[in-house]
Amino acid sequence: MSALKRIAQRWACFAVAVALWELATRQAGDRFFPPPSTIAQTAGTLWFSPAFFDHIAPGVGRMLLGWALAAAIGVALGILLGRSRPAMAYLGAVFTFMRSIPPPLLVPFFVASVGITTMQLPTIVFGTVWPVLLNTVDGARSVDATKVDTARAFRLSRTQWTLGVVLPSAAPKIFAGLRLSLSIALILMVVAELVGSVNGIGNQLVRAQRDYELPAMWAWIVLLGVLGYLFNTLLLAFERRALAWQPRHSLEARSSATGG
Amino acid sequence: MRTPRVPASLTGLACLFAVWEAASRSDLVPAHYLRPPSVVFPTLVRLLGDPVFLRAVVATVAATLLALGIAVLIAVPAGLVLGSFPPVRRATMTIVEFLRPIPSVALIPLALLTFGTGPDTKVTLAVYGALWPILFNTMYALDEIDPLHVETARAFGTGRLAVLTRVALPSAAPFVLTGVRLSFAISLAVVISTELFAGGAIGLGQFILAASSGGAHMDEVLAGTVLAGLIGFAANSGLEWLHRAVFAWNVSADGLR
Amino acid sequence: MPTMLEVADLGHTYPGKDGAHNAVDGLSFTVDAGELVCVVGPSGCGKSTLLRAIAGLITPTRGTVSLRGTRVDGVPSELAVVFQDYSRSLFPWLTVQRNVEFPLRGLPRSQRAARAREALASVGLDQAGRKHPGQLSGGMQQRVAIARALAYRPSLLLMDEPFASVDAQTRFELEDLLLRVRREQDTTVLLVTHDIDESVYLGDRVLVLTKSPASVVADLPVDLGDARDQIKTRASETFVDLRAKVAELLRGASHIEDAKLI
Repeated sequence: MSALKRIAQRWACFAVAVALWELATRQAGDRFFPPPSTIAQTAGTLWFSPAFFDHIAPGVGRMLLGWALAAAIGVALGILLGRSRPAMAYLGAVFTFMRSIPPPLLVPFFVASVGITTMQLPTIVFGTVWPVLLNTVDGARSVDATKVDTARAFRLSRTQWTLGVVLPSAAPKIFAGLRLSLSIALILMVVAELVGSVNGIGNQLVRAQRDYELPAMWAWIVLLGVLGYLFNTLLLAFERRALAWQPRHSLEARSSATGG
Repeated sequence: MRTPRVPASLTGLACLFAVWEAASRSDLVPAHYLRPPSVVFPTLVRLLGDPVFLRAVVATVAATLLALGIAVLIAVPAGLVLGSFPPVRRATMTIVEFLRPIPSVALIPLALLTFGTGPDTKVTLAVYGALWPILFNTMYALDEIDPLHVETARAFGTGRLAVLTRVALPSAAPFVLTGVRLSFAISLAVVISTELFAGGAIGLGQFILAASSGGAHMDEVLAGTVLAGLIGFAANSGLEWLHRAVFAWNVSADGLR
Repeated sequence: MPTMLEVADLGHTYPGKDGAHNAVDGLSFTVDAGELVCVVGPSGCGKSTLLRAIAGLITPTRGTVSLRGTRVDGVPSELAVVFQDYSRSLFPWLTVQRNVEFPLRGLPRSQRAARAREALASVGLDQAGRKHPGQLSGGMQQRVAIARALAYRPSLLLMDEPFASVDAQTRFELEDLLLRVRREQDTTVLLVTHDIDESVYLGDRVLVLTKSPASVVADLPVDLGDARDQIKTRASETFVDLRAKVAELLRGASHIEDAKLI
């Protein structure tokens, strides 16, 4: 099949779906479901207004900072603990329990204890650190016996061993964890801003809902989708680069990419 | 990950609570908010005897399970179709790739406007969130089916539809179950998020939000949070156990997180 | 003996990016009912393509395959295949018993179970029915695959390098097992192999193929009688002569190929 035909096939359905959506919403005239053309128009003016610096940038900045902190903590701890059998025998259940707490439930606790203006960052760090940590541990464990023997035979130093053997071996799992926690970070950003915040996309979403500004609300929802897609694509591109030595992307890595 | 030895992991959990107790009793953290386990656990026991609290927990768990069930009913057939017919997949993937990144919690305000604050809202949103891991795991599992399995079945005169049900479905099943396990956590999280935001809804999230206001009942907040963690932990372990019990023949899909 | 299988002027070309690949060209031969015919040829000579065309898994670009005089179009119902890769051809999620029952869909349940048990007993695995393939050794897994093919009671049994992935000792056992069950059940077998000794030891006839594109260079009858023995038969003069002859033919076949390359 020609490349052109493939592209046509790929986008034809999408175009038809958008056209149908436009037609149906125009026909129905339901104020809750504005036509996509109206949403696009509103999005164009909203996203590139002062709201970008007032709401989009601060919220997204907090999210990325929290995620990066959680990633650093999770990878460092995971590499340290993952190679120690006794450490994980004691701590494995603790980490799994911590990860099992539905992340949005952290919001009320942090709102009450840290305060509504500063609770976003700790919420995101606490909510996203566990998947990274557990995946890193899993990856660090998966260093195969031959590599362990090879490293011992060459009398590698502790640093060489950790950075040169354990970290690369664990990398595919680490990336799977990072992607999972990135989607959790986005969810937590929204939940935290919905429940209480002075700015942010979630905050604007609530405002639009209270003011019954439906096109604006849809525009913010679309923006969150765009951001989710963008971050995941960027991380994937980076992962492909970093893991270029890998024979192929395993099913495992792909299936973990689907957070809610 | 393998489950560590029970005694060691219990010791680990005991240490966690000991550290929490010590931190709360010392002046390191504001003890008013991080109530010690010696207060939280009696509160949890008291709450478990409280019909209002129990009703909230049951409402949350029931909504989570209902959403998970609906998600399975939608996502597994959809995944089978997308996985076995490449043209259908090419045609619809763009729409799927467009919908998937939208965090389900971003739809909460919209869903509240259109569906109101009843249980429909949280179930609908949770279905939306829980759909994706199951759909993608089913689809990718079909990609990974051994072509020799299909050829063997076909050589014995098995028809196309029978190959789908007798070969594709069983070999994809472990990955589907892994998807269900991932989706449980998502479903629970979305249900609770909706309850946090929608004041009128009955549920664990709403209970905890109410308890947290003003920081007056932090022991109840922590007790509820610990219980939610226990529910998630139990569901995850239960599904992992089920995986090992039912798919003993399969090792490759075991380590998926 | 009536003709079971007739392959006439079979040819298959795979389309490819760097030119079409001609895997099989102008292949013609017949197999009579009750015969065990071995097809031997160098690796990658198109043997598997031939087998897949006969099984109806691919449609050949030229020529015809007929089973009992009826032209094959799609997968024929009276045919069973044993692949080389037993670990991938058995279904890991089914027990051994259920694997053997897999193709017996049309039969009532009790009959299915009885046939599967019978087939498993004939390959010496009557105790393994409740295990999963993953719990068995390679040789035992291939026995299960053979039992599955036998339980189906095919008019024609196709075997694609069935013993290439097991160790030498197991291989001898499985070869003798095949000879025994085909005598007991009077099955027609077409077995593809790259092993010269195996083709002579097992076959009533040996078809020697050239390298890709495959075509028949010789059709040799094997006069070793019905009773064969791993040690005595392999030491007999007839066996040694035949083996040398097949080897010679194969070397000739590959020489032609080398000459073409130069």
